[in-house]
Amino acid sequence: MQSYVPFVMFTAIGFAFIFVTLLMARFVRPSAPNPNKQETYECGPVPVGDAWNQFNIHYYLFALLFVVFDVEAAFLYPWAMAFRMFGLYAVVEMIIFVALLGVGLVYAWRREALEWE
Amino acid sequence: MIIPQHVGPIDMVAVIPYIAIICVLAFVLLLVPGLVWIERVVVALIQDRLGPNRVGPRGLLQSIADGVKLFFKEDILPANVDKMVYYLAPVLVIVPALAAGAAIPFSIVKIRLDSGVVEPIPMVVGNVNIGILFILALTSLQVYGIVLAGWASNNKYSLIGGLRSSAQVISYELAMSLAILCGVFICHSLNLVDIVNHQGGYWFGIIPKWNVFQFYGLGAVATIIYLIAMTAETNRAPFDLPEAESELVAGFHTEYSSMKFAIFFMGEYASMLVVSGIATALWFGGWQPLFPFLAFIPGWIWFIGKLMTFIMIYIWVRATLPRLRYDALMSLGWKKLLPMALVVLFLVALVDTLQTPSQPVGSHVAQGHLAASMVIGESQR
Repeated sequence: MQSYVPFVMFTAIGFAFIFVTLLMARFVRPSAPNPNKQETYECGPVPVGDAWNQFNIHYYLFALLFVVFDVEAAFLYPWAMAFRMFGLYAVVEMIIFVALLGVGLVYAWRREALEWE
Repeated sequence: MIIPQHVGPIDMVAVIPYIAIICVLAFVLLLVPGLVWIERVVVALIQDRLGPNRVGPRGLLQSIADGVKLFFKEDILPANVDKMVYYLAPVLVIVPALAAGAAIPFSIVKIRLDSGVVEPIPMVVGNVNIGILFILALTSLQVYGIVLAGWASNNKYSLIGGLRSSAQVISYELAMSLAILCGVFICHSLNLVDIVNHQGGYWFGIIPKWNVFQFYGLGAVATIIYLIAMTAETNRAPFDLPEAESELVAGFHTEYSSMKFAIFFMGEYASMLVVSGIATALWFGGWQPLFPFLAFIPGWIWFIGKLMTFIMIYIWVRATLPRLRYDALMSLGWKKLLPMALVVLFLVALVDTLQTPSQPVGSHVAQGHLAASMVIGESQR
């Protein structure tokens, strides 16, 4: 665990650096708020409604597929570290496991879930 | 060069992580303006333009002037944003990039311990056992910063930019993690210092044993997959759809001004440096010299030289290739890189199995317990 101590320090320095820069800039920059300036910038036209509404469902499909394959990658890492003790047996088993997930990918592919229209 | 362990009252072994902290921070934060300048000059050269030439000799001070301008610029807080998330997003982009940089070993120093033994100590902020996995975890945190910036801005263009970016980053992350796994296979370690040490030595005394040359070309294929995925991961051209200025204004950071914008900008360059650093350490031998007769050049120069080569490739690709269409981007990630990475991974596994002497098959259960306890033990160490 000791090797993580410099890490925590480093991350803390990173946070501190950003905080200090933002704070220091606050003291030196002008501030003249104005309703026109603070309007959402959408190339000139007055924005209609806010942006927190529906968006393309397709993004969810990709997110779902991602979760499946990311979990698979999470399984593959420990397997890669330990597989030397098992040899061919481990390789074949893992190929079967990934092939099962691969069927899912082929299914999504055939159902055109990977097409972007 | 061999440094004694005690220089005056200072214990060098204990001090090295702190020296590394200063080096990495200074390197990342000071190099970013330099990188911006290099990029503008090189792109101008490739596209036969003049490039920056007003501020300072050859426009050398241009990025510094830009930085100062951003620092003194009014910070506009749009009225309709979600304030907390809006301020959190730039921090979420840059902090993981900096923290991931802390796990990349950039050199090695020889230290003569008090007992007289000369021990090589890696120059790295945190020499963690699961280094590469740790970096992968941190770099995937960056997508939160981008998607939250797009959402919090309450701007339709920003929202589209943020969503595009998140879909793109997660798609290419799969190919990237599988390509990295190939490198892990070749070296049998998740520790980046071990991975670089494994790449020392030469075939026939001339070809370096870097991972990119390993396993009969399979290493090279995995490297190419990694290099494409890393360009997409950092939202750089030709995969810079999230900030496609001609269709989305500026994408997820349209509503960001002043220093908050500068932090996004630095975050992008910092993550470029990090992914190039991983490429250097994982595939191109980190601080290992290219040829044995060049070993007199210190390791950190080799490391930075290789890193800058990748940065140059980034710039070159940006100046050369047009932006991809979104459907082409997604189909490249899912239909080409992902299946290819899976096939390469299993070919690497098969080659590795056939190379190592076979063990008697049997008592899988006992071996399974052993493997499980080893993996758990590794992560706790």
